[in-house]
Amino acid sequence: MTQNEKKIDEFTGTETTGHEWDGITELDTPMPRWWLIVFYVCIIWSVGYWFWYPTWPTFSGDGERGGTVGSAQWTQYKQLEEAQAEIKALRAEYESRFEAASFKGVQSDPTLYAFALAGGKSAFGDNCATCHGTGGAGASGYPNLNDDDWLWGGTVDDIYQTVSYGIRSPHDETRFSEMPAFADILSDSEISDLAGFVAAKAAGVDMPDIGATLYADNCAVCHADNAGGDKTLGAPNLVDAIWFYGGTQGEIEAQIKKPKHGMMPAWQDRLSENTLRQLAIYVHSLGGGE
Amino acid sequence: MVVLLGIYYLAPFMRWDRGPHAPDQAILIDMTSSRAYFFFIDIWPQEIYYLTGILILAAIALFLATSLFGRVWCGYACPQTVWTDLFVWVERIVQGDRAKRQKLYKAAWSIEKLWKLGLTHFLWLVIGLLTGGAWVFYFNDAPTLLEQIIHFDVPWSVMGWIIALTGSTYVMAGFAREQVCTYMCPYARFQSAMFDKDTLIIGYDAERGEARGKHKKGDSWEGRGHCVDCTACVQVCPTGIDIRDGLQMECIACGLCIDACNDVMHKLELPADLIRYATTSSQDTRKTGTALPFKIWRPRTFYYAAIIAVVGAAILYGLLNRSLAEVHVLHDRNPLFVQLSDGSVRNGYDIRILNKTLEDKTYNLEVSGLNGLEMRVQGAGNLQAGALPVFAGSIGHFRVFLSAPKPGETRANIVFTLTDDQGVQYENYESVFVSGMP
Repeated sequence: MTQNEKKIDEFTGTETTGHEWDGITELDTPMPRWWLIVFYVCIIWSVGYWFWYPTWPTFSGDGERGGTVGSAQWTQYKQLEEAQAEIKALRAEYESRFEAASFKGVQSDPTLYAFALAGGKSAFGDNCATCHGTGGAGASGYPNLNDDDWLWGGTVDDIYQTVSYGIRSPHDETRFSEMPAFADILSDSEISDLAGFVAAKAAGVDMPDIGATLYADNCAVCHADNAGGDKTLGAPNLVDAIWFYGGTQGEIEAQIKKPKHGMMPAWQDRLSENTLRQLAIYVHSLGGGE
Repeated sequence: MVVLLGIYYLAPFMRWDRGPHAPDQAILIDMTSSRAYFFFIDIWPQEIYYLTGILILAAIALFLATSLFGRVWCGYACPQTVWTDLFVWVERIVQGDRAKRQKLYKAAWSIEKLWKLGLTHFLWLVIGLLTGGAWVFYFNDAPTLLEQIIHFDVPWSVMGWIIALTGSTYVMAGFAREQVCTYMCPYARFQSAMFDKDTLIIGYDAERGEARGKHKKGDSWEGRGHCVDCTACVQVCPTGIDIRDGLQMECIACGLCIDACNDVMHKLELPADLIRYATTSSQDTRKTGTALPFKIWRPRTFYYAAIIAVVGAAILYGLLNRSLAEVHVLHDRNPLFVQLSDGSVRNGYDIRILNKTLEDKTYNLEVSGLNGLEMRVQGAGNLQAGALPVFAGSIGHFRVFLSAPKPGETRANIVFTLTDDQGVQYENYESVFVSGMP
């Protein structure tokens, strides 16, 4: 391989690169002229671009969140803000109408109702779906919001209160109740009898034996004589088909001995009043609302 | 040509009253609300097969015309030809005939040349703009859009289409011309499949013309053909073929060679029609001296006509029996089913009711297939399954909950039935009622 010496290919008359492999040489075909022109124009263009648009990343500086602001004063953050302002302006009309309307009023106005459901669904996905699931179907320990069994009440107002202040949350207005751990109060055999009584009652069989007395003495004060629960206390209905922590003998015993207590945060300080109301209406619409 | 262009430009301005809820433009393809209107018909996007049917009809009609008369579509009705003719006409008026044009192109740049070429291209662009401008009227309310265009207050989508169509008209009719027919048009490639011996084509009478050769005035015509090899037919051919070599793929049946040859024959005081419209069969029989009548009914044309009749009837039947309402049901997937406190099970459904009529209606939705099914409609106000309101020409969206005592099987098949307030029943929709994991 020699340098500084032009090698011309015999057949094509084109200059070669001088590289040779087993007698095969590579033609040094120049770039098409138009391509080169476009290339140079791009380079010139890029210089202007550097100054016109935010291009240089810096750790601090004039630009929002670091970086230069080009002479066009355009940033993606500004673009986002503008787009959001547009959407807010579009929503403003509905927001104010929604704010002025009662829950009943919203539920009878197709436009406002659709607005509430859309907002509620989006807020639900962002905030509630983590525990209750995207469809609100819940999981063991996290209530299913689609069914018609409500621990603390299923009217829109009840749901609004629960969402706003939470259950066993640090908020002063929180819904609160706590089932005692009966492992310290009753013996194992008594707990077993009690669990058997509750399971049988849920299945529709009344057993007027020792379990009934135990139930009346220990449980009825919160869960009611007919075991239908008490929504003001958050005491679950024990005779319906829905079990929060499971309905087998063993699961019931475990819950009597050392009850699990779920905690739901208060959302009042985190979400706007309109969002809370939208959430209440949305959850109510899932199918089980009272 | 004037008729075709007139239809193209004026059609979007025709009005057709459809009541207060629909546009009153006779022919309108409304992309934003996804509807197409054609006089008394309005097509929803899922009924696009009507358009397919019309395209099939158009294709077969083209096949039929081709097998009968050769390439008449190309020569007379194809937009490429119509617009090319229009552009050539402009060129001829501004720059003069072919000889003058050639001279103008070769001439050095002068004010006259600049003016003539500039005017030609300006007029071409104006025609292109009118073409592209007219096209967008089919997709928008024409008078409103015209006003917007006059005020230069046009949405970007419309502007883009106008620019693109103006550009393509300008390039295709101004520069590409018959290159499009030869190199781009797929129809040119397969049209020979529709040709047979009885298809009317442009043909050179080789029997009479050969052996060709130059002819001096006064020479005898004995022992030679009538073709004097003047190449007039080749010179006028827009696609640049020699018709005396027989029919070729490029031939668009414009007939310019016929006219050119007849002029020459007339000067030579020979009978006309050395090149003429004829069928291959008649060329053959002419040798034997018998005239052959033009055969219209052949198996091929019969098949094409039969297909047209069948497809046309199918479309007509479809349009006449078109359902004016539809129900679509989507079973909830999350959650699949809900256990209720009394032991029964509830399923949720998204129901869409399509009201294709031009008036507001209420529909009655019923469900069957499982014992003890109860239906509840979830929505604003007091919605009842017996009276679901849907506005004219729109889709009503409803949430419906079905509950039933836990059935034996985990998936029960159920059927939704839609009737309108007149009691007319529409197509049923099959769905499922799920009550447990499979």
